[in-house]
Amino acid sequence: MPDAIKNKNIANIGDNYAEKYGFHNPEEYFHKGARGLNHEVVEMISQMKKEPEWMRKFRHESLDIFLAKPMPKWGNTKILNSIPFDDIFYYIKPIDKQGTSWDDVPAYIKNTFDKLGIPEAEKKFLAGVSAQYESEVVYHSFKKDLEDQGVIFKDMDSGLRDHGELVQKHFATVIPNTDNKFAALNSAVWSGGSFIYVPPGIDVKIPLQAYFRINAENMGQFERTLIIADKGSRVHYIEGCTAPVFTTDSLHSAVVELIAEDGAYIRYTTIQNWAHNILNLVTKRAMAKTNATVEWVDGNIGSRLTMKYPCIYLVGEGAKGEILSIAFAGSGQHQDAGAKVIHAAPNTSSRITSKSISKAGGRASYRGLVKVYPNAQKSKVSVECDALLIDDASRSDTYPTMEIDADDVRIEHEARVSKVAEEQLFYLTSRGLSEDEARLLIVNGFIEPFTKELPMEYAVELNRLIELEMEGSVG
Amino acid sequence: MSKKTLLSLNDIHVTVAGKEVVKGISLDVNEGEIHAIMGPNGSGKSSLAQALAGHPSYEITGGSAKINGQDLPEMDATERSLAGLFLGFQYPQAIPGVTVANFLRAAIKARHGEESDELRSFRKNIKAKFDVLSVDPGFAGRYLNDGFSGGEKKRLEILQMMVLNPAVAILDETDSGLDIDALKVVAHGINEYFEEGKGILLVTHYQRMLNYIKPHQVHVMIHGKFVRSGGPELALQLEDQGYDWLNGKSEQTEQVGV
Repeated sequence: MPDAIKNKNIANIGDNYAEKYGFHNPEEYFHKGARGLNHEVVEMISQMKKEPEWMRKFRHESLDIFLAKPMPKWGNTKILNSIPFDDIFYYIKPIDKQGTSWDDVPAYIKNTFDKLGIPEAEKKFLAGVSAQYESEVVYHSFKKDLEDQGVIFKDMDSGLRDHGELVQKHFATVIPNTDNKFAALNSAVWSGGSFIYVPPGIDVKIPLQAYFRINAENMGQFERTLIIADKGSRVHYIEGCTAPVFTTDSLHSAVVELIAEDGAYIRYTTIQNWAHNILNLVTKRAMAKTNATVEWVDGNIGSRLTMKYPCIYLVGEGAKGEILSIAFAGSGQHQDAGAKVIHAAPNTSSRITSKSISKAGGRASYRGLVKVYPNAQKSKVSVECDALLIDDASRSDTYPTMEIDADDVRIEHEARVSKVAEEQLFYLTSRGLSEDEARLLIVNGFIEPFTKELPMEYAVELNRLIELEMEGSVG
Repeated sequence: MSKKTLLSLNDIHVTVAGKEVVKGISLDVNEGEIHAIMGPNGSGKSSLAQALAGHPSYEITGGSAKINGQDLPEMDATERSLAGLFLGFQYPQAIPGVTVANFLRAAIKARHGEESDELRSFRKNIKAKFDVLSVDPGFAGRYLNDGFSGGEKKRLEILQMMVLNPAVAILDETDSGLDIDALKVVAHGINEYFEEGKGILLVTHYQRMLNYIKPHQVHVMIHGKFVRSGGPELALQLEDQGYDWLNGKSEQTEQVGV
């Protein structure tokens, strides 16, 4: 066999991740709170951030809700019930002051983001960048011309400080702190994340990006993002994330709220590449008003357990929603991902496309809900779930729920589970491709509907990540 | 006699799912030769083609099979392809999401490497082959065999053969499902590819393909064995008389008119 093929088989997923993303910096932090969660910790966070009273109260109230709410009885309950909430660090402030130039950021943190390619991407094709390290955004930049047009792109803490009224008006209106246990947790201890406001009619033509990095062991990262696209405006926001490889689990539990006013357009793209010791329990929801469009493009490659179901409420007539997701579940991973769309107005339309790949004993679940209220006549719904199993040891489950209470709607639903067929492998290998190359080509083809929606640089990066994950496939 | 033997089969036996389907076939395809294997359905001719290309379910259980002097059973499908063997599939597989262009690029990369001239001149090269096969340039951007008509699939098989430029091409029922115009185009492509130093093994049920591609030898296969071998006129005889007159003669191969 050619050497290149032999070498590929030696590769091991964990090693690859460790080399490329899994490095760990020493912890020379400005402030590292104690382990565990109680009202003192919440008070400390709020005090350090010098927050208004309403937010301080909201946090304390949220903690009570979190403590009172039982753990969900669905998803991966075994892992959920074993989360050691008392061992987690809920707030780590790495540096005192946020940088607006990479020179302001300590070298070891800048090196981290250098290795992850963020400053390079910023130069090439981004309108604004936010880089969060542990609990705080350590670097932030934004193009002056957009700022001049009234576009706001800040970290959430600065947003609250500088645009208090706007934040108070919308914060937790899409996802209340009573929504679920982890949304309550985030509401109590949130820190960082992005605040974006796009004024009426403004088109932010190039993407804004946030990058989230966890460095400390047993860290809990709880960023909070709120994006408001005012009437007729457009914005594309991209987030990425990685962490070092530790033997104990860290927790990432974000809340993301999107509000698309009449005729506005928001696309939110995620490439989730957490290390395999991260529990990723995220609540994402959007409100789409009259003739507005919201698109979630959601890629889940990493983490030990992900439970995430991006949701769109179509509340205005003619609103459109699209959720396009892929999940890759390798050895020891469970991707419990999906989508939710609520049709609450007439002539609304939604499309859900979910693709999952399971390999080497990994488990991918699709969990989805489509609800059409009686008033949402003439609405259109399309749901397509595709699962690809690379080997016999892997698993895929589908839990689709449809509640259709209007009679004049068009519903399409398709679900498929396929295996990489021996005949396909033979066809490709008979053209000189190795089995690994053939499998990779089949997988890349399978997720092509997803990658073609990404900006070119991210599509290349995603294909490379999939290649890393596919290496060492059972031959 | 100075001609090099490209594909050499000596008394090979093939088993699939525990059943012997090829029961001792011997054949030499030399440089510059086109051989046709004809036979009724179920005679084992497609099984022979699959086994030679290295399908994991088809096992060569006896005899010897060599390409350019290398033992086929020692190699997997990838290695056989890299050694110069090509199989044009009767039923090409669809690979959704993978464009024809990306697939061909991957196949050329596997063969010649990332830095090769072949990969660099890929675009121009493909364009010329598209023209030979009267294929629309938009073909390159379509997903491999996904929603292709029967004729498009077969054209793509021949296109791949022309791009990969193998020493020996086994073409399994390439004529099936083609109308007369498509058949002419496909035959044109095969004739463009064929030259001194190449060998072709045509596997076919019908004679009509041989109106456009002149075989040097025709072998009739029934029940896993060659029952008769001869020149091109044997194919015409089969066209007239069918296969029935050869049934029951499978014990002995008769040579006629070579």
